[in-house]
Amino acid sequence: MEKSRYELNKELAQMLKGGVIMDVTTPEQARIAEAAGACAVMALERIPADIRAAGGVSRMSDPKMIKGIQEAVSIPVMAKCRIGHFVEAQILEAIEIDYIDESEVLSPADDVYHIDKTKFKVPFVCGARDLGEALRRIAEGASMIRTKGEPGTGDVVQAVRHMRAMNADIRRVQNLREDELFEAAKQLQVPVELLRYVHENGKLPVVNFAAGGVATPSDAALMMQLGAEGVFVGSGIFKSGNPAKRAAAIVQSVTNYTDAKLIARLSEDLGEAMVGINENEIALLMAERGK
Amino acid sequence: MRIGILALQGAFVEHAAMLDRLGAEHFEIRQRRDIDRSFDGLILPGGESTVMRKLLHDLDLFAPLQQQIREGLPVFGTCAGLILLAKSVEGGTPCFETMDISVLRNAYGRQPGSFYAEEHMEGLGRVPMTFIRAPYIRSVSGSAEVLAVVDGNIVAARQGNQLVTAFHPELCDDLRVHLVFLNMIRNKN
Repeated sequence: MEKSRYELNKELAQMLKGGVIMDVTTPEQARIAEAAGACAVMALERIPADIRAAGGVSRMSDPKMIKGIQEAVSIPVMAKCRIGHFVEAQILEAIEIDYIDESEVLSPADDVYHIDKTKFKVPFVCGARDLGEALRRIAEGASMIRTKGEPGTGDVVQAVRHMRAMNADIRRVQNLREDELFEAAKQLQVPVELLRYVHENGKLPVVNFAAGGVATPSDAALMMQLGAEGVFVGSGIFKSGNPAKRAAAIVQSVTNYTDAKLIARLSEDLGEAMVGINENEIALLMAERGK
Repeated sequence: MRIGILALQGAFVEHAAMLDRLGAEHFEIRQRRDIDRSFDGLILPGGESTVMRKLLHDLDLFAPLQQQIREGLPVFGTCAGLILLAKSVEGGTPCFETMDISVLRNAYGRQPGSFYAEEHMEGLGRVPMTFIRAPYIRSVSGSAEVLAVVDGNIVAARQGNQLVTAFHPELCDDLRVHLVFLNMIRNKN
C-alpha cells in the first residue's frame, strides 16, 4: 500500500482537531499564541479587521515576515494566498509553509477559477458557506475546510449560518436514495463520488473548522457544539484587551465545549472584547468571494 | 478493561475508532473529574504536544496522571504522546518525564517532510507507519528498548508499561500496534 501526499495532508488537519488556530502578525504575537495553546498560527501582515478598515487590494504577506514567524514557533504555520493566485501559492510552498489558506479575506486574483490544489505538495484549507462550496474546494484538492463566516467583524452570525447550512445539507444528502445522488450532485455542482462519501459517512471527507467572527470563549464553544472540529480565531484575539488571557480561555473552551460552568469561569475578567461590526453595517461581504 | 484517551486536542477520535474495532471499552479525558473512576490504560494521542502540555496543567490533570504512570499505569503515546512521556525533548519542554528516551521534535521538518513507510517493528514484522510532522527518538537509556528503526532513526520504543511510536498506527488499517498495547495491559503485573 502507498499513501498519497493528499492523504498525509488530510491527516495533518486531523492532528489540528480540537484546537484553535490563531491569526498573528508578528513573531511576538506568534509566541503569545503558542504559549496560550494555539495548535497552529496563521501568519499575515494585517488581521482581517484591519484589512477591512484599510480597504484597497489585500495580497499575500511578505515572505520574510512569514519566515520570521516560522522561526519564532514550533507549531504549524499557515499563510494566506489570494483566491486563484497560484503563484502566491507556489511562493508559500517554496518557503515550506505547513498549510495554505486560499482565502476570501484577501482580494481575489481570479473571479472564475480557484487554484488547482491537486498540483501542489503543500496542503490547502479553503472557506465554504455550504456543502456545495465545500465539495467543490475538495474536488480542487483542498484537504481541510473552514466556514467562511464574515472575517474581521467580531460577529459570529455568518459562521453560525454557514455551519448550520453545511450540516443541514449533509443531513439531507444522507437521507437521499442512492439513485437520487446523481441529480443532487448536478444541483450542488459537485462530483458524485464526493457526494456519495457524504451520503455514506454523514460528514465531509476532510476536517471542518469554524472561522469568521469568533471573539469569545462562548463563541468558540457555540461553533464546537454546532459541529465544528476546531476553530480559527482571527481578529478576535489581538484586537482585544488582554490577548494572552483571551487566547488561553478560548483554547480551554474548545476542549471542554459542553461544560458551561467551566466556560463561565473562563469568561470572567477577560477585559475588552474586540468592538466588532454587525454584518448589516458593513459594505464588503468577504464571504461572497469565491463560490 | 477500560482505557482512557486523553482528549484535550488532536487525533483522539481515531484512537477510539481503533479500540472500538478491538472491542475495548474506552472514555475521553477532558478534565480532572473524568479520571475519578479507575481505568486500566491511557492513550496519549497525536496532535500538538505544546497544547496538550499546557492544558494538562491548566486542567489539573498533570500531577494525577504523572503519578499513575509512575505507579505503572500502562500508557501508549503516539507522536505528540511520545513527546509528552520523554525525559528529554530537543526543541520543546518535557512533560511527564517518565520514559528514558531523548526526543527531537519536528525531526523531519515541516509538513513537506511528512511521509509514509512500511518497516519492521519488533515482534510484529512489517508495519504501516504514517509520520506527520513527526518526532524521532535520538537515544534510549535505562530499561527502555528500541522497537523500530526507520532510516537509522528510532521511531518506536518500550519501557515497562510504556509504549511509544513516532508514527500514527491510528491512521492505518492495521490493529496490531494497538493490540500490543492491549496485551501490555492484560499482562501487567
